[in-house]
Amino acid sequence: MRVTVDSEKCQGHNRCFALAPELFDVDDYGTAVVIGDGSVPAELEEKARLAVANCPEFAIGIEE
Amino acid sequence: MTDIYGPVTDWQDDFDHAVPEYNERAHEIWAEFQASGCPVAHSDRYGGLWAPFTHELVHEIAYDTDHFTSQGVVVNTGRPLIEAPVGPAPPITSDPPFHNIARRLLLPPFSPKVIAAWEPEVRRLCRDLLDRMGEITPGESVVDAAIQYAQSIPVNVIARMLGFPTEDEELFRGFVHDVLERINEPVEVRMEFMQRLDDYLTAQIEEHRENPRDDLTSYLLGVEIEGQKLSIEHVRGSIVLLLVAGIDTTWSAIGSSIWHLGTHPDDLRRLVDEPEVMLFALEEFLRAYAPVTMARLVKDDHDFHGCPMKANDWVLLPFPAANRDPAQFDRATDFIIDRQENRHGAFGLGIHRCLGSNLARLELKVAVEEFVARFPSFAVDGDVTWSVGQIRGPRRLPVRVDSVA
Ligand code: HEM
Ligand code: SF4
Repeated sequence: MRVTVDSEKCQGHNRCFALAPELFDVDDYGTAVVIGDGSVPAELEEKARLAVANCPEFAIGIEE
Repeated sequence: MTDIYGPVTDWQDDFDHAVPEYNERAHEIWAEFQASGCPVAHSDRYGGLWAPFTHELVHEIAYDTDHFTSQGVVVNTGRPLIEAPVGPAPPITSDPPFHNIARRLLLPPFSPKVIAAWEPEVRRLCRDLLDRMGEITPGESVVDAAIQYAQSIPVNVIARMLGFPTEDEELFRGFVHDVLERINEPVEVRMEFMQRLDDYLTAQIEEHRENPRDDLTSYLLGVEIEGQKLSIEHVRGSIVLLLVAGIDTTWSAIGSSIWHLGTHPDDLRRLVDEPEVMLFALEEFLRAYAPVTMARLVKDDHDFHGCPMKANDWVLLPFPAANRDPAQFDRATDFIIDRQENRHGAFGLGIHRCLGSNLARLELKVAVEEFVARFPSFAVDGDVTWSVGQIRGPRRLPVRVDSVA
């Protein structure tokens, strides 16, 4: 599994960073970026789905 | 106070969010609109006002900066004098492309990592307010969680951030009350109290020019757009925004959350027994009791889903109603303390997403944690009064303390 952030849609609500800091980081402007290449280890898949389910701008994508 | 309009007789065609009944009965009123054939209210008050109550319509308007301008975001009897794209209080009153320029200046001091450093300070402030409530007799003592607690937290934090005297707390609350709640008074009266606020801020800005220091006011005086320092109007406007956006909003969120816990003992017990649930509870408080409704002005005459909107009409953006729309959320009107899927729009949607959301979340989380840690059992006991206007939250919140930790 891999996560992505669409930087055009992201408005910096920081929900992803709060729920899955292992997968997402935020820059000085509050915009989210994926950590590394966005690969999600099996034990973090649940957290990745949680981040998707809580992004108000639908900016996070998951590739299975 | 002179309300120039009077009571509402018909919510569909004579809508007014500044009559006390609106915030008292908000959840019912929204549900009625969402279930009715026409989810958009209209009124001739304020020179023309529309209010859509579904998530779909609120979302659409929030993203549509072509037909709606942010030049005015608080419905009132007048119209803003400083035009878009800058507007009187950048970036909230700004439109693209200027909006992004003004917003980027303020994002770094409110980024998650910078704000996280404020946590110990906020915690100390909350504990101090709890200490100041004095001797508590469990089962008997009644404290006012709005007046003795919630209302003092955000005002102190923002005053420190701006580098203003915290002794002026009462004065700041007065300014914010004037701007946000006295919206149905004659324009001349509004001009007078806006002038008082401007005069106070001009003096603070002058003082910071003479004695620059490490605070937001000095920061705003130092930053540049394309090699140019900001105009005094821009600096003052942004400070007005931080004061107005930072105080009643967060105070209302803290108050409503405590109100919920004081009327839902099961949720209170869950939070006391399982503090980790706060990660989700925080967002559910924000969804179910979102305190902030924003507004826009219609740019040009146009038809919006059958509503004949006219240039300069106000349009409310009730994010709190959108958050409780059954078409968007499962069990929308239930409070589910550990709701797993929660794409609420309490902090707005689109380019104006609340710049202070990291600070607001920190204050709300710490305030509720500290209250519950000190008073693991309490219940609302007495008459609650609610604010009027676009910001919704309890202004009197008597709570009987049943145990003290
Ligand atoms: C629970 C508390 C809060 C809520 C619910 C809230 C809600 C909102 C909403 C809905 C908007 C969108 C405005 C729009 O679409 O026109 C907004 C914007 C804004 N808020 Fe907050 N707010 C809160 C606390 C704060 C705090 C503590 C601050 C800062 C001290 C703050 C500063 C701002 C600023 C500067 C904007 C304008 C952003 C822009 O236009 O780009 N807010 N807020
Ligand atoms: S939750 Fe969505 S909008 Fe918020 S920072 Fe993450 S990706 Fe961006």
